[in-house]
Amino acid sequence: MIVLSDYLILAAILFALSVAGIFINRKNVLILLMCIELMLLAVNINFVAFSHFLNDIAGQVFVFFILTVAAAEAAIGLAILVVLFRNRRTINVEDLGSLKG
Amino acid sequence: MNLPGTQDYLAALPEIVVATLACIVLLIDLWSNDRERLLTWLATQFTLLVGIVLIIVQLSTDVTYAFAGTYVKDILSDVLKLFIFIGAGVAFLYMREYLRIHNEMKGEYFTLGLFAVLGMMVLASASHMITLYLGLELLSLSLYALVAMRRDSAQSAEAAMKYFMLGAIASGMLLYGMSMIYGATGSLDLREVADAVAQARSDDLILIFGLVFIVAGIAFKLGAVPFHMWAPDVYQGAPTAVTLFLATVPKLAAFAMLMRLLVDGLGPLHDQWQGMLIILAVLSMAIGNLVAIAQENIRRMLAYSTISHVGFLLLGVLSGTDQGYAAALFYTVVYMIMGLGAFGVLVMLGRAGFEADRLSDIKGLNQRSPWLAGVMLVMMFSMAGVPPFLGFWAKFAVLQEVVAVGLVWLAVAAVVFSIIGAFYYLRIVKLIYFDEAEEQAPIRGSSPMRVMVSSNGLVVLLFGLFPAPLLGICIAVFTRIELVIG
Repeated sequence: MIVLSDYLILAAILFALSVAGIFINRKNVLILLMCIELMLLAVNINFVAFSHFLNDIAGQVFVFFILTVAAAEAAIGLAILVVLFRNRRTINVEDLGSLKG
Repeated sequence: MNLPGTQDYLAALPEIVVATLACIVLLIDLWSNDRERLLTWLATQFTLLVGIVLIIVQLSTDVTYAFAGTYVKDILSDVLKLFIFIGAGVAFLYMREYLRIHNEMKGEYFTLGLFAVLGMMVLASASHMITLYLGLELLSLSLYALVAMRRDSAQSAEAAMKYFMLGAIASGMLLYGMSMIYGATGSLDLREVADAVAQARSDDLILIFGLVFIVAGIAFKLGAVPFHMWAPDVYQGAPTAVTLFLATVPKLAAFAMLMRLLVDGLGPLHDQWQGMLIILAVLSMAIGNLVAIAQENIRRMLAYSTISHVGFLLLGVLSGTDQGYAAALFYTVVYMIMGLGAFGVLVMLGRAGFEADRLSDIKGLNQRSPWLAGVMLVMMFSMAGVPPFLGFWAKFAVLQEVVAVGLVWLAVAAVVFSIIGAFYYLRIVKLIYFDEAEEQAPIRGSSPMRVMVSSNGLVVLLFGLFPAPLLGICIAVFTRIELVIG
């Protein structure tokens, strides 16, 4: 029997993986975008699990909104990425250091 | 399940009208051949004006919940929206001047700005986590795009990327916290959350766990230390017109988010979040003021200055009293006015393809334009908290409330840090008045711009001499809320 805590642990692991991915990855900005997507999906697992076990539909409605906004966010993120690549000819995270102080 | 009725639509009328008009502005801009984008700009300002009128017509102390409790119209949301409209109107005026000077007039600056304003309005009226999240994302996504608007600048692109990444992480944190709160309380409606939290044991681990993530998410959006890394890069990398918008008006929205989530939703957990906010506030004031001293770039310096102001804003909120919230609201509004003025002066100093944002660029400003130098002097003194300028009263009000709840050490620390901070504000004054000008280019500027920057300076001075009306509005907002509830 799968209980609530199993889902929460899975979500927590995914969330931790995505945060670790963001901070450890020094190579590619695209991987950062994937990590952000993973982060939102971890949250979605949380919401769906709680929604099911609380017998409350609001959590699942929230998931739809998060998915929609995540799509918009990915669109803007990729657009910025294109602008960045046109100007810099690189999407290496380590090269994003011209603004410092 | 009730379908929304006339009452619901009436309560949300300002949002509905601004959303409609923003789309119309988008269409106007699409079909306009005008290189100056005058029509787009006028339509944008008209939208804000309509918003102001609608808010004032419906202004009341009643609390109205609409759309099945997802939306609230109370005096706090009304007053916040009024200030958002006024701040955005001034920001758009400065923005137009900047775009004119730099020959990159694009209508999208204004339409994206309008959608950001819409996001802030939704945020100010949120009484449900979904509403709050949607408002926040509408605001953030518009701002990401605004920062990246200068497509041929590697600096802007880098700033936008950093802003986007850290903003997305912040949203993720906030959502994770919300999911925990949802699990612990069984509701997304902030009123029901507040009821459930009041019933729960105060050491409920899931609640505290969720609270930590929510506070971290809010701190990211506010730019409080240790979640401030994006602010200096974005302030420096974005075009000054965008910096002046995103540095000032969205702080009101961030304040709204603090009030809605922490006070309306998680108010009963005040003992827990007070400690977290104290850490954020002290770190923000310390790092903000100390690191600002080392900056050579004025926009970067102002970013760290903002971080320290956020620390002060948090002081008011963490006191947990209605007077404290009123002081924090006052501080936010005052910060917005000062920030607009300081960036307005920077906009006027720029030339085509040249951002006057190094410290050496403002040397001897007094010789080039005594009036502009005077405005900058007023802004710097006000930010440093020198009486009789407006910034002094803002700091005073906040410190008073912190002392009133017995956190004297915190008030002392705040005063010490703001004295340290006075150094870099006064350095600007010294550069303006006592150094020889390196730059001799005459300072032009359209007459609306001159009038607006001058009145911005005068407002800081006049309200500094007579702070009662502005402070009175802020206090009335919170005392009336209490009357309605009690």
